[in-house]
Amino acid sequence: MPADFISSLFVFILAAFLGFELIKRVSPLLHTPLMSLTNALDAIVVVAAIIIAGRHETKFSTILGLIAVAASFSNMVGGFLITDRMLHMFRTAKAKKP
Amino acid sequence: MNPADLQQLIDFSYIAAVIGFILALKWLNSPATAMRGVLIGEIASAVAVVATLFDPQVTQYKWVLIALIIGAGVGVPLGMVKMTAVPQRTALSHAFGAMSAALIGIAEYFVGTPHISKFEMAEIGLEVVIGSLTFTGSIIAAGKLQEILPQRPITYKGQNIVSLTTLAAAVVIIGILVLHPEYTHLFEAMVVVALVFGIMLVTPIGGADMPTVISLLNSYAGFSAALLGFVLNSKVLVVAGALDGASGFILSVIMCKAMNRSFTNVLFGAFGQVQASATKAGEERTVRSASAEDAAGILGSASKVVIAPGYGMAVAQAQHKVRELYDALTKRGVDVKFAIHPVAGRMPGHMNVLLAEADIPYDKLVEMDEINGDFPQTDVALIIGANDVTNPAAREDKGSPIYGMPILDVDKARTVMVIKRSMAAGFAGIDNPLYYMDKTLMLFGDAKNFVGAIVRELSGSHG
Repeated sequence: MPADFISSLFVFILAAFLGFELIKRVSPLLHTPLMSLTNALDAIVVVAAIIIAGRHETKFSTILGLIAVAASFSNMVGGFLITDRMLHMFRTAKAKKP
Repeated sequence: MNPADLQQLIDFSYIAAVIGFILALKWLNSPATAMRGVLIGEIASAVAVVATLFDPQVTQYKWVLIALIIGAGVGVPLGMVKMTAVPQRTALSHAFGAMSAALIGIAEYFVGTPHISKFEMAEIGLEVVIGSLTFTGSIIAAGKLQEILPQRPITYKGQNIVSLTTLAAAVVIIGILVLHPEYTHLFEAMVVVALVFGIMLVTPIGGADMPTVISLLNSYAGFSAALLGFVLNSKVLVVAGALDGASGFILSVIMCKAMNRSFTNVLFGAFGQVQASATKAGEERTVRSASAEDAAGILGSASKVVIAPGYGMAVAQAQHKVRELYDALTKRGVDVKFAIHPVAGRMPGHMNVLLAEADIPYDKLVEMDEINGDFPQTDVALIIGANDVTNPAAREDKGSPIYGMPILDVDKARTVMVIKRSMAAGFAGIDNPLYYMDKTLMLFGDAKNFVGAIVRELSGSHG
C-alpha cells in the first residue's frame, strides 16, 4: 500500500474520531445550523477544484474543474451565509429585550 | 519567493484552515459561542482558498476567477432562502458538494489514465461512485422537499433486488477497472450506474423519513470529499470530509434512534423500508372537537402549556402565529414551553430553526427527553401539525408499526388539544389513539388560521 494512503488513513481516523467527539457535544437545538456549517466547511474541495481547473491539462478536465469550482464555492458562500443567518435568530428571552 | 517556500506556506495555510474547522465545530456546541464558530470557519476557508490561488500549479486564472464569481453568485441567493426552504436548500447543497467531489475524481481519472495504479483506480472508483450516487440522491431528496416530486414513497415490486443489483454492478465495474484501468468506457458506465443508483436509493423514501435521509446524504457527501482527499493526497480534504461525514453519520444515528430504526437500516439508507399500512377495521370512534373560543378559554386559564409542533406547522407556515400565541399567553402569566421531537419536521433541528425565526427564545425550546417528565404537571399540551411523534400507540400497542419509537408523552397532560386539518389518517396511515381520549379536544382547521383565531379570542377577552 502506498505511503500516502497510510498517512491519509491516519489523518482520516483521527479526524473522524475528533469529529464524533465534537459533534456529540453540539446542542440538538443547533442541528440544522450544524448541517449547513459542516456543508460549508466541506466545500473546501474548492481548493482541489481550483488546482484541477487552473492546471489546465486537458480541456475536459478544465471544464469539469471549473464546474466543481463554481458548485463548491457556492456551497461555501451559501453555507456560511445561511448558518450565520440562522444563528442570529437563536436568542434568549433576556437578549431579545433591548 | 522560491517554489519550495511557497509550497510550504500553502501547506501551513491548510494546517491553519484545519485548526479553524475544528474550532468552528467546537464552538457550535452552544448558541452562545456558535457565531464565533462560524466566523473562524469563514476565516479558515478564506485562508485556504486564497493560498490555493498562489499555488504554482495554477496557471490559468481567468476562468477560475469567473467560476468563483459564478459560484458566489449562486451561493448568495442560496444562502438567503426563507427558513421554510432550508431542508431543500440543504439537500441541494449536498448535491453540489457531492457533484464537485465526483467531477474532480472524474477529471483526475481522465488526466491520469492510462498511467493509474491499481490502488489509485480503486480509490478513484469508490470516490466517484459515492459522489455520483449522493449527487442524484440529493437532487431527488431536494425535489421531494420542494414538492416538485411526490413526497410519498414510490415503490414497485422487486425494488430491493433491482436496486441492489445496480449497486452490485457499480462495484463489479470498479473491480474490472482496477484490473484494467485502461477500459475508459467502463469508467463512464460506472458513473452512469452510480447516478442511477442514487435515484433508486431515495425515490422509495417518504417525506416523513427525510430527516434520516438528509443526514445520511450529508454523511455520504462528507465521506466522498474525504475519499477525494485520499485520491489527491490532500490532508485538508481528508479532515474536512471526515468531520462532515462524522457529523452526518451522528445525525443519522440520532434520527434513527428517534424513529426506532436499526443501525443497519441507517447504513443502507432506510433501504426499501416498507411503510406498514393501517389494517385497522374502520370502527367509528368519537372525537370531541372544540372551537377557537373554547380553546382560548382553556389556554388562557392554564398555568403551564406545552406546545408540540410538527411538520404541519411548517407546511402551514404557522410559526409566526404561534409566536403571537406564545406572547399572548406569556403576557397572562402562563408558562409556555415547546416540546421538540428529534424527527419533527423534515430535517434535524427543523422546528428549532422555524421557531427561532419567529423570535421564540431558544431557552423555551425543550428536547423530548427533558420535557417528557413535565407533561404530568402540564395543564394543556397543544399539538400543532404533529402526529406520529405524539402517538401513544408507540408506547403501548405492540402491533403498531411505530411501536418502540420514542414519543412526546403529550397524553399525560391534563388536557390535550390537537390542531389538525381533518381526521384523515396521517402520512404513514397509522391511527392515533390520542385523538379518541376523553381529555383530548380536536381543533379542526388550518394551523395558521386556527392559532390566529385563538390569539384573537385571547386578546379580545383580555382587553
